[in-house]
Amino acid sequence: MADIRNNFVGIKSPNPFWLASAPPTDKAYNVERAFKAGWGGVVWKTLGEEGPPVVNVNGPRYGAIWGADRRLLGLNNIELITDRPLQVNLQEIKQVKKNWPDRAVVVSLMVPCQEESWKAILKPVEETEADGVELNFGCPHGMSERGMGSAVGQVPEYIEMVARWCKANTRMPVVVKLTPNITDIRYPARAAKRGGADAVSLINTISSITSVNLDTFSPEPSIDGKGSHGGYCGPAVKPIALNMVAEIARDAETRGLPISGIGGITTWRDAAEFMALGAGNVQVCTAAMTYGIRIVQEMISGLENWMDEKGHKDLSSIVGRASGNVTDWQYLNLNYIAKAHIDQDLCIKCGRCHIACEDTSHQAITANLNGARHFEVKDEECVGCNLCVNVCPVENCITMVPLAAGVLDKRTEKPVVADYANWTTHPNNPGATCVTG
Amino acid sequence: MSDGVHRDGIAAGRLSAEDYAINFSDLHPPLSAHEARVEADRCYFCHDAPCMTACPTSIDIPLFIRQIVVGNPLGAAKTILSQNIMGGMCARVCPTETLCEEACVRETAEGKPVKIGELQRFATDAAMTANRQFFARAQPSGKTIAVVGAGPAGLACAHRLSMHGHDVTIYEARSKPGGLNEYGLAAYKATDDFAQAEVDYITAIGGIRIEHGKALGRDVTLDSLLKQHDAVFLGIGLGGVNALGASGDEASVAAVDFIETLRQATDLAGVPVGRRVVVLGGGMTAIDAAVQAKLLGAEEVTICYRRGPEQMNASAFEQELATANGVVIRHWLQPKKVFHNGGPDVTGVELEYTAMRDGKLVGTGETVSLLADQVFRAIGQTLDGVSAAGVTLTDGRIAVDAGFRTSNPKVWAGGDCVRAGEDLTVTSVAQGRDAAESIHRALGA
Ligand SMILES: Cc1cc2nc3c(=O)[nH]c(=O)nc-3n(C[C@H](O)[C@H](O)[C@H](O)COP(=O)(O)OP(=O)(O)OC[C@H]3O[C@@H](n4cnc5c(N)ncnc54)[C@H](O)[C@@H]3O)c2cc1C
Ligand SMILES: Cc1cc2nc3c(=O)[nH]c(=O)nc-3n(C[C@H](O)[C@H](O)[C@H](O)COP(=O)(O)O)c2cc1C
Ligand code: SF4
Repeated sequence: MADIRNNFVGIKSPNPFWLASAPPTDKAYNVERAFKAGWGGVVWKTLGEEGPPVVNVNGPRYGAIWGADRRLLGLNNIELITDRPLQVNLQEIKQVKKNWPDRAVVVSLMVPCQEESWKAILKPVEETEADGVELNFGCPHGMSERGMGSAVGQVPEYIEMVARWCKANTRMPVVVKLTPNITDIRYPARAAKRGGADAVSLINTISSITSVNLDTFSPEPSIDGKGSHGGYCGPAVKPIALNMVAEIARDAETRGLPISGIGGITTWRDAAEFMALGAGNVQVCTAAMTYGIRIVQEMISGLENWMDEKGHKDLSSIVGRASGNVTDWQYLNLNYIAKAHIDQDLCIKCGRCHIACEDTSHQAITANLNGARHFEVKDEECVGCNLCVNVCPVENCITMVPLAAGVLDKRTEKPVVADYANWTTHPNNPGATCVTG
Repeated sequence: MSDGVHRDGIAAGRLSAEDYAINFSDLHPPLSAHEARVEADRCYFCHDAPCMTACPTSIDIPLFIRQIVVGNPLGAAKTILSQNIMGGMCARVCPTETLCEEACVRETAEGKPVKIGELQRFATDAAMTANRQFFARAQPSGKTIAVVGAGPAGLACAHRLSMHGHDVTIYEARSKPGGLNEYGLAAYKATDDFAQAEVDYITAIGGIRIEHGKALGRDVTLDSLLKQHDAVFLGIGLGGVNALGASGDEASVAAVDFIETLRQATDLAGVPVGRRVVVLGGGMTAIDAAVQAKLLGAEEVTICYRRGPEQMNASAFEQELATANGVVIRHWLQPKKVFHNGGPDVTGVELEYTAMRDGKLVGTGETVSLLADQVFRAIGQTLDGVSAAGVTLTDGRIAVDAGFRTSNPKVWAGGDCVRAGEDLTVTSVAQGRDAAESIHRALGA
């Protein structure tokens, strides 16, 4: 059986599945239940500074988008950090950690941008025996207007400064949680590293409006007829998060910086993908909020099963395995040629591949043969774009088949070249470094 | 086109080889990967899922379906088999329409439950095809347990006992294991010798020895078993068949005997069936006998039941299956006389109309006669008293407590032979498993 025990910046947990800082980790009641269900760790819901806690709206705080069959695909929230008194949270954290010494308990923090404030909160957190802290530079709503959350996370200099303060004032590992509401994730990640952070975690939520009520003309979720942008998360944000993780994992400056992957993780497969792209472990919020904390059982079973099947002994044999395969577009092999192929036995003849290609792409799929509905790829037109694969409702019905070297590409009427060649050397590239002979 | 269906009397080979093959193929062919994916996607992953509560073995249905969705069919199989080691057979034969699928919230929402049974088969087939075993035996306990009967109850009990490190000897009267899985269930529900494949899969855990041809009451006694073993589990099912209480009864055939002949036949063309068949009864056995008689090429098959459609033990789905196969179901008729030519050849059956009067079922005096070459009795099975000697009975079945312990503190019992739950494969598995847990606790104490 594969060993899925996790060691993330020295914080040990029986598996790499942590609950992200959010409502599922807002109180001992939830966290105890999560640990019973099997979660390896939690990042406690973000604590603020001593004093009267923040207040939340008293109406809807969530909006959503759904796929077919009302499957929740994206969730948006306008919730703030914890609205429970600091002391209550600290006492509960201490008790939970005592009850569950083998699980990871990391405490998320967000206080004003002054060294004194950070110093003041780090000490009592240390006293809870928690395993580490996560600095929340991510919240895109509510806190940012107060100069915290993403307002800090969008300024690399602030990130670096706060990370440095924290490292100087605590023995605990410091994880910096990044906001995706920036143009290039590498800048804040580099700043965190320069500040001495032990790791980064990402992504926090993305600024969003999920929908507008066309009767009242209020954005949803609507509070007395008005709405405010919220933070978007759930399956819909996973591709954005994966890319950001990959960018940090392969950046020369941040390579090797531990990453806790977050964003839309719903199944073992999502988790494995994040880890393959360089995340040392993963955090989950929306999936737990949608289906309940029990989903971790599927994640554990699925990950173990896949690792057994593939012969991966422990997490170190999967973490980062895909990062080396992430490259810049200009280095992709332009001599690699693939064509779509439709498996006629699996085809249910819906015609979506045809119309997608016909109306919007390369007119490379037939609609009939001898008067009967028949969908087949015309190799002489197919550019191998993959659109048909993606719109086909039947899994594996349309596949991309690479052409072997020497085979004639009917579209270009040239044989496939075995050698690797990319844009940097392509004759059409005005800046090409060398000219083909 | 075969004219075999019109041949009078009882005859074999009424159909072509091709027709037999088609008629007795899988009732629900296995789902393809695509079908399974689409179906699994419909599950809402309910909290405290009603389907799970409705399953007598309490399989974590939402979890196993989710495991199918995410491409982990082996994990799904493990989830199923850890609660129900006969999850493969149950997937094929459970009346899901009155169990998990009836409780599915999508049945409530749109009258179309998730096809839980077929998804269960998808997952368990994956594990059995890969020959993946999920359970290992605990340290040897040094205890041995006698299990009587290698049916669903006995096998489930033996498997769980073996997991706990006990050694099990199964005493089985017949020459093959499986109980009614092998001898009773409809052929189109358990194709390709699945019953035997499943027994092999279950016993592969080790520590289970089956002694065939050893009947309790004939070859061994309860006392001798108790002397040799630390505990005894009785999973002997129901060996007897109720009589009609009509004249000419002796010329009728027990439906279970007909089904057994059919299940054991190596070539269905060799199984004789009447041109006109009447089946008396209203349960699963009546339906199975009638449908299979029809599939063997009987021209006319009529089920006569003494009460109305609502009282039939066979579910609405089973009744529809019968009528879809051309079986006629008639209600409010009870047998009075089986006509025969002095010998074994049946010529017809006389029935009396019935009605409910003051909460009692009574004959109205009016009668009707039907032509028949074969009359099958399917009006219930009974406990064989010899096998159950030595333990207290209640209501004609073995009396057990909540832990399936009988009046003898060293004897447990489960499955059809006890007075608890419905007579179903899945219930028998649940009881065998729970009895094993109870035995394990008792032996540990
Ligand atoms: C025709 C028919 C169709 C059915 N169809 C379905 C269906 O579709 N779905 C469903 O869920 N259920 C169905 N059932 C019910 C189901 O088959 C039973 O509930 C289930 O098999 C009971 O399991 P068991 O282990 O208690 O007994 P059995 O399966 O009857 O097994 C008992 C075993 O004990 C052995 N035995 C008996 N006496 C002795 C003895 N003295 N010594 C040694 N061994 C002995 C027998 O040979 C047999 O192997 C059907 C039943 C019948 C008769
Ligand atoms: C209701 C809600 C509240 C959240 N609160 C916090 C928070 O207090 N601190 C924080 O760092 N992240 C917070 N998050 C963000 C999550 O921790 C996580 O980064 C984000 O939801 C992406 O992961 P997901 O797609 O698995 O939900 C919150 C998310 C939600 C949905
Ligand atoms: S989820 Fe609970 S707290 Fe939220 S609106 Fe529904 S009932 Fe109220």
